[in-house]
Amino acid sequence: MVTQVHPLIKPTNDLANEPLLKVEDLKAYFFMDEGIVRAVDGVSFDVMPGKVVGIVGESGCGKSVTMKAILQILESGAKIVNGKVTLRSRVHHGDPNSAEELIELTHLHPNSRQMRRIRGAEIALIPQEPMAAFSPVHTVGNQIMETILLHQDVSKKEARQIAVDVFRAVGISMPEQRIDSYSWQLSGGLRQRAIIAMALSCNPRLLIADEPTTAIDVTTQAQILKLLRKLQEERQTSIIFITHDLGVIAQMADEVVVMYLGMVMEKGSAMKIFKDAQHPYTQALLRSIPSVQSHSRVKLPTIAGSIAHPFNRPKGCPFHPRCTHFMRGVCDAAQPHLVEVDEDHFVNCFLYSEADGAKLMDKIETAPPVEKSL
Amino acid sequence: MSDGMQPLMPKAAASAKPPLLEVRHLKKYFPIYKGVLRKMVNQVRAVDDVSLFVREGETLGLVGESGCGKTTVSRCILRAIDPTSGEIQFREADGKVTDLAPLDRSELRRFRPQMQMIFQDPFGSLNPRMTIFEIVSEPLYVNGMRSKSEREDHVAELLRLVGLRTEYMARYPHAFSGGQRQRIGIARALALNPRLVVADEPVSALDVSVQAQVLNLMLDLQQKLNLTYLFVAHDLSVVKHISDRVCVMYVGKLVEMAATEELFQSPRHPYTAALMMAVPRPDPSSRDIIQDLPGEVASPANPPSGCYFHPRCQYATEVCRTQTPELREITPDHFVSCHRAEELQLAGIKVNQEQQL
Repeated sequence: MVTQVHPLIKPTNDLANEPLLKVEDLKAYFFMDEGIVRAVDGVSFDVMPGKVVGIVGESGCGKSVTMKAILQILESGAKIVNGKVTLRSRVHHGDPNSAEELIELTHLHPNSRQMRRIRGAEIALIPQEPMAAFSPVHTVGNQIMETILLHQDVSKKEARQIAVDVFRAVGISMPEQRIDSYSWQLSGGLRQRAIIAMALSCNPRLLIADEPTTAIDVTTQAQILKLLRKLQEERQTSIIFITHDLGVIAQMADEVVVMYLGMVMEKGSAMKIFKDAQHPYTQALLRSIPSVQSHSRVKLPTIAGSIAHPFNRPKGCPFHPRCTHFMRGVCDAAQPHLVEVDEDHFVNCFLYSEADGAKLMDKIETAPPVEKSL
Repeated sequence: MSDGMQPLMPKAAASAKPPLLEVRHLKKYFPIYKGVLRKMVNQVRAVDDVSLFVREGETLGLVGESGCGKTTVSRCILRAIDPTSGEIQFREADGKVTDLAPLDRSELRRFRPQMQMIFQDPFGSLNPRMTIFEIVSEPLYVNGMRSKSEREDHVAELLRLVGLRTEYMARYPHAFSGGQRQRIGIARALALNPRLVVADEPVSALDVSVQAQVLNLMLDLQQKLNLTYLFVAHDLSVVKHISDRVCVMYVGKLVEMAATEELFQSPRHPYTAALMMAVPRPDPSSRDIIQDLPGEVASPANPPSGCYFHPRCQYATEVCRTQTPELREITPDHFVSCHRAEELQLAGIKVNQEQQL
């Protein structure tokens, strides 16, 4: 096998304060007959070791494509056109005490040996649909063992033992028996646990959970969220948690990245995003969701219009046609940039000065929601 | 029908509006066949003795996890499927009450225009080969409005009502976003001036920012047209938002029915309380409040003995394992099917005042 350009950019020792994963100005476009879809258009965020980063956004905001670009598993037709994804990788995968190196994932060929070793061993994926993720003609145990045998130097018997252990760790009762069942024999909650078990089987340091609870019921969802939080604390795994559900994000994430039409609109700690949102989109989104804690039959303030079609992206700030703070000649002319408005709190909006993040207008003061009882 | 069929109407609510719809002891069992002789070996008790009522002009939310039978209840009410047993009492505009359950197709025809449905999937429920005009006007045509110009006027009015431009009439569904399609589905449901609208998960396929638009539209239309909604959904916050009263279902049974605020603030059934504690709230400072419910939803083909919830219930006693609780009214207008409803002190959800400011 021909070795690629060596991606090692910095040798080991002093990485303790470095993020586990650093995404910088990532752009992934779909080149289609109808035109170019800028699915991810300049996304930057860091994932610190042992932290949960929540990526929240509505359909078409590019949250799933970002994840696929990181893992380099984009569909054909889609390409990373710009940006850097740097991973603090262990030299010996699976060994928690192994020395570390910085690897630029964007420099690796998607099919290269190194990229394939990283997938599953360093970065694991929990996909959205547990029914589609497992093959129906192999037992779940065999599929988990396949991952283990691929990434670790163990015998088949040991691999089975690891699979049983990880089944037990995710709270599946009778793991020795359940491991020999097929995915369609398991209930929704168990299947989701089995997927998590598979993702954890090689001790990855970064988990990407793509809408892991959207297909399951609330009481099961609560079980899975609790499990993920427990595993995350025990193993100090970092998680990128992708969802459209603001409630789930609030429960899980330390840091939140709010995306809209391929761009980061706002990012910061969960507390700042939920208690002190600064971007008009985040504010409007938070006001428009019904909550179990609000009064019933009160009209919700809404966001006008609907999400633009990807072929038909608005010029300038992608949110401007729906924004209540739209400034003619500014928002529709150029794209805003992320500015730091507070410590570790970034907003992508012209309402904030690029120089110091100061609010340029006071009219952004949160307008009270229309409270019209019916 | 058996002797135990008492009307469910609350004693104290005689002054309240009469029920538009009253369902009594509704059952729907689906048979499971096996072997070459297709012998029936078991039954799935999708709906197992459900009684509920919907007052005129109100919204009744029907909430539960997948497989609890909420959709089957709504389909039985619309007589899209035939119930196994039970009564579906429907009150017509002139006050005449008819049981829909035993009626056949031709007898039901008279009632069909009065009960309409809004579907879950706005992409699957509109025929891609029909224009918006054809979709919305079809019920009018079927029910005897043959003049095209008359139908056009009517459709234009309906589109304006749901907030769509009338020029859209000649377009096909693919040209519309999810929220707009759902508006088209609502316009079609309203074409015949129904009195009862059954909405089965009408916003669950929509984006968060569009959900609020559709919910507001439904509230508006209800006020304007004096509609009665049966709102079926799995999302508690959406149900709380739109409903006057809420029913909670678990494995084919109704476990609790009460006014919305009452149900959320002081649930009396352990399942209702557990369901509410499991909802993730959009507030990072309330992280530890979220509690999970151990175990899995029971199978309606092989339900547990006694109360179906007892294997997961932390308050279960001997009586819960052996006797199936009946739905009863413990305080006016608050119905619960739990043996221990009176003695249990269950935590509800307080309304967050701060969020309302």
